[in-house]
Amino acid sequence: MRRLVLATLGLAALGITAAQFSPSIPDAERQRRSLVGAEDRWASRAVWACDRRKMVIVEGVRPDEKIPPARAQQVADVLQDLMRYCQEEITARIASDSMITVAANGQVYEHWMVGEPLPIAKASFGEPTEREKKIWKAELDKLVAEGDRLFHSDEIGGNGVACAMCHPNASNTHPETYPKFQTQLKEVALLRDMVNWCIMNPLEGKALDAGDPRMKALEAYILSARSGKTLETGKH
Amino acid sequence: MYRNDMTRKELEFALAERSAADEKAIRDLHNCNRRQFLRTSLRFAGMAAAAGLMQSHAFQLVNVAYAADGTAQDIAFRFAYISDTHLYARGMDHRFAKAALKAVADVNSLDPQPDFVLFGGDLAQLGRPDELELGQQILKDVKAPLRMMVGEHDWYLDLGEKWKSMFGQDFYSFDYKDVHFVVLNSVVEKDFWTAKGYSPEERMAIVAGLDDSRQSPFEVGEAQRDWLQKDLAKIDKKTPIIVFSHSPLYKLYRGWNFWTDDAEQVQKIFKPFKSVTVIHGHTHQLLTNRIGNIHFHGMLSTAWPWPYAPQGLPELTVQMNRPDPFNQLDGCGNGVIDVRKGGHVDKTYNLWTRNPRVVTAAQLDAGKVPGAGGYKGPSY
Repeated sequence: MRRLVLATLGLAALGITAAQFSPSIPDAERQRRSLVGAEDRWASRAVWACDRRKMVIVEGVRPDEKIPPARAQQVADVLQDLMRYCQEEITARIASDSMITVAANGQVYEHWMVGEPLPIAKASFGEPTEREKKIWKAELDKLVAEGDRLFHSDEIGGNGVACAMCHPNASNTHPETYPKFQTQLKEVALLRDMVNWCIMNPLEGKALDAGDPRMKALEAYILSARSGKTLETGKH
Repeated sequence: MYRNDMTRKELEFALAERSAADEKAIRDLHNCNRRQFLRTSLRFAGMAAAAGLMQSHAFQLVNVAYAADGTAQDIAFRFAYISDTHLYARGMDHRFAKAALKAVADVNSLDPQPDFVLFGGDLAQLGRPDELELGQQILKDVKAPLRMMVGEHDWYLDLGEKWKSMFGQDFYSFDYKDVHFVVLNSVVEKDFWTAKGYSPEERMAIVAGLDDSRQSPFEVGEAQRDWLQKDLAKIDKKTPIIVFSHSPLYKLYRGWNFWTDDAEQVQKIFKPFKSVTVIHGHTHQLLTNRIGNIHFHGMLSTAWPWPYAPQGLPELTVQMNRPDPFNQLDGCGNGVIDVRKGGHVDKTYNLWTRNPRVVTAAQLDAGKVPGAGGYKGPSY
């Protein structure tokens, strides 16, 4: 989603030169048509990016006509930006008046004109659906729940001790204070370094790799349980 | 340094602003055996007594200071405690077994010896027979007579069967030197397991999880409250009462069972008595409270310190600073209880890596413990 937002910003940052136009679309459309010669009014040429997923429709240029160099550069820049920031199939249209329209899945998401305030597209050029939100939450909850289980279990240690025996509800873990110089370790530590210290010492177990899914789950649980707790300098 | 003619204020200042030599002496206190400890502490005691210093938070010399001040005769007797050892059956080399052994060595080296030693509950971690047996083996070496109390970690695998076969009744009373002692099983939970079909192991694991919300709140329960009413009926209301309960007999934080659900009803039973003191385990931290005529003192664990609960901390508690996770013994320890003639007690927290902390009966009677109160929540 963020990628799409960035794509929109990237397009807006192309620096296309044009006069001021009215921001309302019907007005802009009217003005655009008035600027285009009658014979070219419906002419357009499509240009595909190499991934065959991004297409720019250049209006006012016939399919057999070369695109003038300045506009060709605009087209190339738009395609580059779309490919850089977004994986989805996107169609952009550059009108003769330099109004840019971005559409995906056959739906128009955003219009803007040079000189107008930058259009900040909403996530995915639209709100996430309830279904999407449920999926994201379920994925997060699953990882946090696994972390919760490990945090209260003796399976990551070697002597029966569990994290929660000193940290009920992950209290007194203070993930918000990391990274910090951990005086006892005599180096800057991340939360996972301290987690590993606890696993190796009070729990007498084997340290987890940074990429170990169990470490990811433990960090997810600690951070989620302690979200909103604040640092008091000198206390932690 | 210290002079014999120092005013109390000057001495307090000197104790707070210690020189390098004093620091060394204090370090030696931590590293020496009991005999040397007494010799060294007597040196400080002399200074303190000379200046008329009644109590010092810095040293465990309060009793000696009382002696010099002529208040020692107020101390009727002393007992010690070991609590919350949370033993696994992993031999004497397991960190918790070693800590329990240290506590036994500590109380055995007390001079004079305590009249008895209370074990405050949670001898085992998961209530297993081999864990309880390991605990019994460790506690066998305690020289003074031992009084046992049960904790939830001892109970919920077999609902006390093994514990009772080893240590006897889980609630009882006894009289010692004008004081009536009551030992309760305050970790009774309403049946949360049958309907859910939990196995004994699952039931034990759930109760062993401090923050596991699937369990019920602790309570003394109707049966024991009835017994208590009858037990106290024959006791004169002027007789000092000292109660041992595993959970605090008041409501601090439900989420971690720092809580007794029928606390008000139990407190009501004690209300007619002039002097009541509750000594409780479970909370693994410095914890002080007073509700009317009842003084409450928490016990330290030998295994690990708990953080303070997010809410409900009594105003009379001086919070223990955050323990150092890199030092197994920090925030842990055992303690001594000096029973005054009136029945209320001076409670010494013998923190293994810090200066002992004393909370006196006088402070609680006055409702003022130096350094306590003003907390919005836990300090860490």
